Order: sequence, then structure tokens, then C-alpha cells
Amino acid sequence: MTPFLAAAEASGLTAYIPLIFVFILATFIGLDVIRNVSRLLHTPLMSLTNAISAVVIVGAILVAGPPVSDEHPLWITILGLVAIAAASVNIVSGFLITNRMLKMFKSRKPEEKS
Amino acid sequence: MSPEFRDAAVQMTYLAASVLFIFSLKWMNSPQSARRGVWAGVGAMALGVGGTLLNPAVAVSSLPWIALAVMVGGLIGVPLSKVPLTAVPQRTALSHAFGGLAAGLVGTAKYYLWLHEGGANLTTFRMFAISAEVILGFLTFTGSLMAAGKLQEILPGRPITYRGQLMINFLTLGGAIACAAGLIINPQWFFLFPPLVILSLAFGVMLIIPIGGADMPTVIALLNSYAGLSAVAMGFVLDNTLLIIAGALDGSSGLILSIIMCKAMNRSFSNVLFGAFGSVQEAAGGEAGKTVKSASAAEAAEIMGQADEVVIVPGYGMAVAQAQHRVRELYDQLTKRGIKVRFAIHPVAGRMPGHMNVLLAEADIPYDDLVEMEEINPEMPQVDVVLVLGANDVVNPAAKNNPNSPIHGMPIIEADRAKTVLAVKRSMKPGFAGIDNELYTMDKTLMVFGDAKAVVGDMAKALAGDSGMH
Repeated sequence: MTPFLAAAEASGLTAYIPLIFVFILATFIGLDVIRNVSRLLHTPLMSLTNAISAVVIVGAILVAGPPVSDEHPLWITILGLVAIAAASVNIVSGFLITNRMLKMFKSRKPEEKS
Repeated sequence: MSPEFRDAAVQMTYLAASVLFIFSLKWMNSPQSARRGVWAGVGAMALGVGGTLLNPAVAVSSLPWIALAVMVGGLIGVPLSKVPLTAVPQRTALSHAFGGLAAGLVGTAKYYLWLHEGGANLTTFRMFAISAEVILGFLTFTGSLMAAGKLQEILPGRPITYRGQLMINFLTLGGAIACAAGLIINPQWFFLFPPLVILSLAFGVMLIIPIGGADMPTVIALLNSYAGLSAVAMGFVLDNTLLIIAGALDGSSGLILSIIMCKAMNRSFSNVLFGAFGSVQEAAGGEAGKTVKSASAAEAAEIMGQADEVVIVPGYGMAVAQAQHRVRELYDQLTKRGIKVRFAIHPVAGRMPGHMNVLLAEADIPYDDLVEMEEINPEMPQVDVVLVLGANDVVNPAAKNNPNSPIHGMPIIEADRAKTVLAVKRSMKPGFAGIDNELYTMDKTLMVFGDAKAVVGDMAKALAGDSGMH
């Protein structure tokens, strides 16, 4: 192994390369999808992405999930539970308010179209 | 269920959730499909959470506590979703704060957990990811709280500046990065972790206090992006593809919105973030001598009643005065007479991207009549009357004509090219950027002084009374 590869291995970078692929490709998809979002809907878009970023609840559950033990102290579990609550605020309020705002966007009624 | 099967099941639900998140945002491309987008998002979130609960690491004994935490969050979340639409910018900022807090706490918990285990899991790259998650998470937390405080006017909206601010800010961020670098070199230097957290929290506050209210659309979009990036960092910490994908979608959304906002103000990121240090307070004066013509609401209504085509330019003033429902009455009266009424929306009108569109939609104005700046400007010379309603800098011709103006180069809605301009304003006080607006002193401009809600209500009444006579 070359020194470079050895260093990459030791730093844990090699294990991450597939994840870096995922990140880069997801960013490109994101840029493309968001560019096509109607400017009309930028406020609901923001509250929707708010709710989506609350996916950090997944990480919070993994922190709060394991049983409390010597290896997993109680205070770690409490940090996880607080994080779950914070993320849940965003999930609930984000989706509800996005839906509430989108309901208001109406097209002109057909009879007025003439 | 064998652990292998459970692992595979978790990955499959994450895959389905990722696809649904992408569709959720894709369906936001038009108002017809947007609500489907919300349901796709809800479904994706349910799959993500459900899949995570299948993870063998999550103990059954923890489930009641997890459920309790979700319920507490839900109880706070429901009232937050019912705020008036004028308060949506501060609600959005507040929820970025919650997202940042969650990311920061998870990063902190993972660091101490792995340190406790002996540190074999704290590889260089993982420590890098934890540091990124903690810095981004905590600075988003305090920065968004400050932004929410400014928008709610608990804190002063004007930029707060002091001597040496830029230097102190860079030292704070530099300190946080230095702590992170130390931890990456040796994760066992646990004494560096608390200062990393504290400096990140402090930097969030210091980054936002010098930024003025008018720049909030960009700041909120930028914080949105940071919240997404902290989720990405968490994904790298936890080897979790769902977090990386959803975080990347969120991060790119915030990035695009902040680029749009910056372009709409003809400013760079660094100018928005650090521009207040130069300050534009005492900008080009010398307009004081010019005379202003004013009209009553009834006179203004009569002028609009004679027009074939009226364009309304709403701004933050309309939101502050809660005037959108009166605007709807005016819209009804004018369209009843066969007058074509449209709304010209500047990208940075209001306090967050798309703010005006939502307020007008709330007042039941069909979105077909909301047009973008680029679309309306070429038609301006044919427009009979432009009604400027609580907007100021976004219609200031100085942006085109005066190279010395602080807003020179900013794209504007060219109200000055219309045949007649009516501008509703509280007083002749300059707008947010503190710049005189020569639009108000033009020959074809009539000022209507008063509260936007009252004035527009009077206009609608005048038109209604008038048409009642016929």
C-alpha cells in the first residue's frame, strides 16, 4: 500500500467514500429539483424543507434508543430525547403549516376567466 | 427476525424514504401538485422513523420514552403551525433553531459516547464530521434564535455594530475551528470539546446581530442551508444515507434560495453577512427640497377606477399593516369594473422568500395574478396606474440611475415607467435601507399618506360607493 492509501485507511476516509458519492449526487438532485420550484411557493418550500431537515430525528432516536447502561450513560439518553423533541417540533409544525399555506393557493375561478 | 434481515429492512425503508423526499420537493414545482408533495414528505418521514425503530440498537424499553419526547415536540409544534401568516418568517427561523439544536446535541452525545468506549470509533474523518455537525448545529441554533428575535421585534431589527466586531467574529469562529482541529488531531483531547460548543453558540449570535431586518430573507435561507448541512454531517457521523440525502436536499434548497435573494439585491454573500460593518446609514440626501404631491384615498381610488390596467406592488409594509384582506376588497372592486389587476412581486419583498405570495394567497387572490419582476417590467410603460403598497427600496429608481446609491445595481420593479404612480406610505420617512426614494417626488407620483390597511380599505369603499350610484 502506498503511504497515501495507508493514511486514507487509517483516517477512516476510505469507509466514507461511498457516502461522499451519495452526498454529491443528492446535492445535484437537490439543486436541480429546487431550481424548478415555482417562485410563488418559496415560503411553503422553506417550511417543507424545515420539516424534511427534521429527519435528524433518526439520529436522535439512535442516540436515545440503546438501553441505559455503564456504556450508555443516562445523560446521553437525555440528550437524545431532547433532540427527538426538538426534531418533532419541526416535523409537526413544518408539515402542518406547509399544508395550511398550500391550501390557500387557488387559481382563478373558471367563470372569471372569460 | 434475524439482525441481518432487520438491517436489510432498515435500509429498504431508508431507500423508499429518500425517493419520497425527492418527490416531495419535486412536486413543489407547481401549486397543483404541491399538496401531494406534503403527503410524500409525511410518508417519507414516517418511513424514516419507522425504519429507525426497526434498528436492533433501539431497545424496546426505550420506546415509551421516545414516544413521550415525540409527544412533547408535537405539543409545541401544533401551536407553532397556527401562527398568523405575517409571523411565518419568525416561525421558520425558530424551527431552524430547533433543527440546529437537535443536530448539535446528537453530535455531542456521539462524541462522548465514543470517547467513553475508549475512542476506537473516533477516526480522523469521523471526528471531522462530528466537529462540522457540532459547529453548524449550534451556530444555526443561536443564529436562528437571534433571527427569530429580530423578526418578532423582541430584539432591535437595526444592525447592531461595535468597534472591532469583524475581528472578534473571526476570532470566535477561528477559535471554534482551532478546537475542532485539535480534536481531529487527537480525539482524546476532550477538554477541547466544551469550548468548541461554547464558541459555536457564541458565533451564531455574533454572526446575526449586525445584520439588518431587510437582509433577513437571505439570512433565513442561509440558515436553512446550514440546518441541512448539519444533517448531512450527522449522516457521516452515523453512516446514515437517509440523513445525508435529506440533508443534502435541504442544504441545496437553502443555498438556491439564498443565491436568488442575493441576486435580487445585487449583493454578494459576504456583503450580506458582513456588509453592515461598513454601514449605509447616512446615504445620499439632498432630496429634502423637492415637493411631494399627495392625494386622499378617495382621489386615488378615482384614478384607479379610470384605469384599464392597475399593477399593485406589495412590500413588507403591507404585511406589517395586515392589509392583505383590504387589498382583496380593492382587487374585487377593480376587477368588477373590468380593470385588469396584477400584483408585481419582487423576490426580496417581505421578510422571507415568497412572503408576499403567501399573504396574498391567504386573502384569496388567485395566483394567476401574481407576477414576477422580470415578467412585469417590460410591460410597465403600458400600465396606467401602479399602486405601491408598503414597498420602498424595491421600486427605488436610484438603483438604476444613481451610481452613488447604496442599492445601485439592484434589480427593481420599474414602477417609475408606468403612466401614474400611487404610493401608500405612513410618512416621508426613508425606508429600511435609509435611502431617499426619488419615485415619490416624480411629477406623475401621488402620495397617499396613512396606514396601509386603513387607506386601502377607504379606497375599496370609495370604489364600492361610487359603483353603487350607477
